[in-house]
Amino acid sequence: MATIKAGESYGFFTDTSICIGCKACEVACKEWNQLQGDSPTFLADSYDNTGSLDAQNWRHVKFIEQVPDQSATAGNGTAWLMMSDVCKHCKHASCMDVCPTGAIIRTEFNTVFIQQDVCNGCRNCIAACPYGVIGMNQETGTAHKCTLCYDRLQGGLEPACAKACPTQSIQFGPLAELQQAADVRLAALHSQGVTQAQLYGRDDKVYGGLNAFFLLMDKPETYGLPNAENAKLPSRNDLGGYVASAVTAVLAVIAGLVAFRRRGMG
Amino acid sequence: MVLLAEHFVRSPQWTLYILFYFFFAGIAGGAYLVGTLLRLSGDARDEPAARVAFYVSFPATVICPILLTADLGVSWWKFWHMMVNVTPGDASLNFKYWSPMSVGVWALLAFGFFVTVSAFDAWMRNRGGGIIPMLVNRGFNVIGAVLALFIASYTGVLLSVSNQPVWSDTWVLGGLFLASGLSGAAALIALLIRNRPDASFSLGRLHQADGYFSVLELALMIVFFITIGAAGVVARELPWLPLWAIAVAGVAGSLVEARGHMRTQVAGGSGTVAGVRLDTVVVSVLVLAGVLALRAAVIFSAQ
Repeated sequence: MATIKAGESYGFFTDTSICIGCKACEVACKEWNQLQGDSPTFLADSYDNTGSLDAQNWRHVKFIEQVPDQSATAGNGTAWLMMSDVCKHCKHASCMDVCPTGAIIRTEFNTVFIQQDVCNGCRNCIAACPYGVIGMNQETGTAHKCTLCYDRLQGGLEPACAKACPTQSIQFGPLAELQQAADVRLAALHSQGVTQAQLYGRDDKVYGGLNAFFLLMDKPETYGLPNAENAKLPSRNDLGGYVASAVTAVLAVIAGLVAFRRRGMG
Repeated sequence: MVLLAEHFVRSPQWTLYILFYFFFAGIAGGAYLVGTLLRLSGDARDEPAARVAFYVSFPATVICPILLTADLGVSWWKFWHMMVNVTPGDASLNFKYWSPMSVGVWALLAFGFFVTVSAFDAWMRNRGGGIIPMLVNRGFNVIGAVLALFIASYTGVLLSVSNQPVWSDTWVLGGLFLASGLSGAAALIALLIRNRPDASFSLGRLHQADGYFSVLELALMIVFFITIGAAGVVARELPWLPLWAIAVAGVAGSLVEARGHMRTQVAGGSGTVAGVRLDTVVVSVLVLAGVLALRAAVIFSAQ
């Protein structure tokens, strides 16, 4: 790929239609970022035992196992959906919106990055992230998530997960190029009759657009992604919350003044 | 059409430190407002209770930053990053008016100043002379009371300004926490003055105020359940019904006690018990337990 330049927007286009669930991205991410990983656990509800994105899993290949109880007939099978999930590096990022310390910044590559030396572990970003991306590292006392391999980008290298992906399900590059590639891929699938294929985060309907966007084979909710109607910034509740508080405050002051009004000395 | 909210979030694991911070913030803010209103009533017989209110708000405020700092875990020493952005090359003061946590930190700092001065002034007055003339003091208290209202309520707004289920599905939490904190503060002050002859005049008035605050709280509880019901997340409250029962019991206790005191006043304040009244200790403990239970139910139901 071309030289990585500061000042340009970069991101991921993850095409879930060709993800094979090998988890090479998870391994490459852990190896490059020196993540120890969580203690092995048997989740018992899936062939996926990573579970979810967190402080130790900055990439997570979700297995959406739509397996019928009864054997499928020929030509009527149900697919396993696989999706390599990651921080979306939202244009309107909920985590950045609420961070009180200024630890969460937008880099020169237009990605969202948590400065570890500034973060103080208040976890407001975890409460705000609509994708459940950010996790708390109890050892460092700070919030962690995908950096979109900020250090590799600074060195002119593509992120480790994209480098390792054997099927090119994860594509890295300048955002404009990725969006063009996604449009071409979607048109190809639709022309083949795969009408359920859709892009998520390609346009600005979800958090103003996502730097890490997806081609999905089902509706977003199936993958654990909020649809456009549910993708809202936390600050939407600022006005309503404060107005309700103010009205209550006025009523409470009136109530107190009535209760404590001056009475006779008798 | 009802839009059912969908949430795919991770829990922030705000647990006991935050629960008790919310509790003490409600009591601190509530006590300061009650003290100010007692003083503004203009009746000298309310002054002893007002001073008790300012005493109550002081330790309740002091414990707040301690709890918040403890909640940061091993990063506790970076608590000051809330106020100062230490980003290399971009060092500046942090203030985001749209982030309740950011505003709350500054409000807590400013409120701490007002609480400290008011508590010290009350202590000095009990020893013969205040540090601020009473007329100026009332103005000072009013400004402090505005901050008190914010401190007692913003914790609910902070929860709503998230993407967590329940919390972000309602706009009522700020008002609910405020009404609950005021009720708890009035009950606590009543508990503390119940055996003090110099403050006995204010006891019935505090219960009456507690009753009014509880009416507000009850109304806001109903609105809370309506809003989260509309969002389709009301089932999350089911495991926490015992806590809601305690909260409702606190409200009921307040209302029964307030009704009894109001009937007594209507009967001429003769001391005749004209309505059903409960013991101040029982009511106050029940109300305070309700204040804590309400916050616990809200905090834990989302996580």
